Amino acid sequence: MDLSYSSEQQAFRAEAREWLEAHVPKQPLPSLDTAAGFRAHREWELELNAGGWAMVPWPVEYGGRGANLLEWLIFEEEYYRAGAPGRVNQNGIFLLGPTIMEYGTPEQKARYLPKMASSEEVWAQGWSEPNAGSDMAAIQATAAIDGDHYVINGQKTWASRGAYADWLFGMFRTDPDSERHKGLTFILVPLDAEGVTVRPIEQLDGEAGFAEVFFDDVRVPLENRLGESEQGWSVAMATAGFERGLMLRSPARFQNTAHKLVELYREVEANGDEIDPCLRDSVARCWMDAEAYTLNTYQTVSRLLAGGKIGAEASLNKIFWSELDVTMHETALGLLGARAELLPGASAAEGVGDWLDGFLFALSGPIYAGTNEVQRNIIAERILGLPRK
Amino acid sequence: MEFNFSEDQLLLQRTVREFLEGECTTAFVRSLWETETGRSEEFWGKLAEIGVPGLLVAEEHGGLEMDEVDQVLLLEETGRAAVPGPVIDTTSVGVRLLEEAAPPELRAEWLPKVAAGRATLAVGAAISPFVADAHIAGLLLLQHGDEVHAVPAAEVSALAQPSNDPARRLFSVDWNPSGATKIAESDVGRNAWAAALDRGAYACAAAQLGVGQRLIDMAVAYACTRKQFGVAIGTFQAIKHMLANAQVRVEYARALVHRAAYSVAHAVDSRAVDTSAAKVAASEAATAAAKIALQVHGALGYTWEQDLHVWMRRAWSLELAWGRGAWHRARVADAVIDGKFPAPTFGYSAPGV
Repeated sequence: MDLSYSSEQQAFRAEAREWLEAHVPKQPLPSLDTAAGFRAHREWELELNAGGWAMVPWPVEYGGRGANLLEWLIFEEEYYRAGAPGRVNQNGIFLLGPTIMEYGTPEQKARYLPKMASSEEVWAQGWSEPNAGSDMAAIQATAAIDGDHYVINGQKTWASRGAYADWLFGMFRTDPDSERHKGLTFILVPLDAEGVTVRPIEQLDGEAGFAEVFFDDVRVPLENRLGESEQGWSVAMATAGFERGLMLRSPARFQNTAHKLVELYREVEANGDEIDPCLRDSVARCWMDAEAYTLNTYQTVSRLLAGGKIGAEASLNKIFWSELDVTMHETALGLLGARAELLPGASAAEGVGDWLDGFLFALSGPIYAGTNEVQRNIIAERILGLPRK
Repeated sequence: MEFNFSEDQLLLQRTVREFLEGECTTAFVRSLWETETGRSEEFWGKLAEIGVPGLLVAEEHGGLEMDEVDQVLLLEETGRAAVPGPVIDTTSVGVRLLEEAAPPELRAEWLPKVAAGRATLAVGAAISPFVADAHIAGLLLLQHGDEVHAVPAAEVSALAQPSNDPARRLFSVDWNPSGATKIAESDVGRNAWAAALDRGAYACAAAQLGVGQRLIDMAVAYACTRKQFGVAIGTFQAIKHMLANAQVRVEYARALVHRAAYSVAHAVDSRAVDTSAAKVAASEAATAAAKIALQVHGALGYTWEQDLHVWMRRAWSLELAWGRGAWHRARVADAVIDGKFPAPTFGYSAPGV
């Protein structure tokens, strides 16, 4: 066990820090769930990619930097430190990308990964359907083979980034007689294809963060299948593993929030505002939990670098970070007192930051990427070994 | 950067686990509840044969001269097996305190006996009004202001304070500080006691990981066999989700504890905060597991006969030992919010830092 960084790792950190300090926009970009914000975030991704920092852990040939997972953690730490914009293509780069790396053909890797790294192509997720939420195996949307094409019909919903994305990945039922997990195939669908209708859905924060997507005889070449036919469930589980674990929500995100929370506490205290005595303890707990998540991730990464694999324990991660994120924002709103409910335009809102917005977003954490109740079932059955029925 | 244990460290853990499964059965632990001292010299001697009490002791004194990173997994095993006796106070705190504060002749007198399992140490630090297992200790290391005093058992009066966990008996110790008992002045003692507290906290946290996991494992085993409404109760989501919550807490305490072991072994600047965070997380994980495991067992778990309370009592007493949760959380807040101690975040550093 050696918890110090090597000189190479320190040099990598310094290089990332220098580049980010020179390039990160000085003013925050508008929300990536607005049309203008989406464009601005895509431009930022292009710049990041031009600098060679878009996909740090990917092989160079696919637009990455060829770094290992530890260096990726270091990059993330610097990224959050620099206050850099949210990753508009996170569904692509953090979820689908690693899945293509694992299941894609050489042609698919060459076709999709570089444009994903640069965000020339931004991806939406197509998991849920009106009748398949937590029960994802209840998927009804179909993809029938017609010659060298799939013909897709049905509906996906809650497609994150769906309102503005270029492509969608998801599972479709390719065997009409199949049930549950069987007979599903993982297919990549261009959202500009004929027969696709995207209907944005306003989220709790009023922005179009996700969308319904309707498929009406949408023709997609068979080569858009990822992994084997009818093996979509296993492919999707790999994607979900990345989503629940260390790719989508790297620890620096929460350490950064914890740091801001500590700063907020100090500001409120310095102002002489009344502070609920419990909140001091809450701030300390949030800080400790962010550290716990970080150390756990470092331990996981060390294990992966030594040849280990991630399994059901991704469900432990997902519960921990999503509930921590909610708690941190609740604590911040508690510190803000009466000003907690002010929107950014209010004249008395100076210094309230984006805690309210962050709180609303944090509330989606225990729901997306598989509800925390589903994660608890996975932990109980696959880690603890409790009986399914 | 490598946050893994070596093959040797994992092998040592397996060795200790197998030893304890054979020698420290629940029946053995409960049988000691009925004896006068509640301790077994024979068992302690065997524990010494596999190197547990002397793990940190220097080779010149008959120890293995390993560090806390080597030790942390073993402490977890002693929690899993509910080992009775002063594992924490002797093997994690006492031997280091002797090394740091005692003159060479005192070290040469006591450390070989401790490593060989022929004597135990008791530690009376200001954090607690009680001294654990003072009744069997050969030597007591006692805090007086910031001074360190070493007092042979014959020179103290130890009054038993019957308490909830038979594996950690508590005593009020009456003694007379004098020039003869003093082994370190305040300047040396201040650092030694600060380190002792951090070591106690780390060691309790490590044991709590084993306690918490054992409680979960017992509840899982019960939930798989106990049937109600015609099915195993482990099929019910109410049971699954409680146990999943307990497992999340244990898992997220684990890396903090391993980090604390590293910080203690390498005297890292953030040792105080690291050990406090580990103590808080692991104790809360274990006490939460105790409540949940009891609920899963229902009325059966509420009986004296069922073994669950062996570990429930461990969880509760280790929560109180070496600074209870509120004390450690306050210390973290003092460090993180007020900057009273170094509290660097791991990896990430904030703008301007």
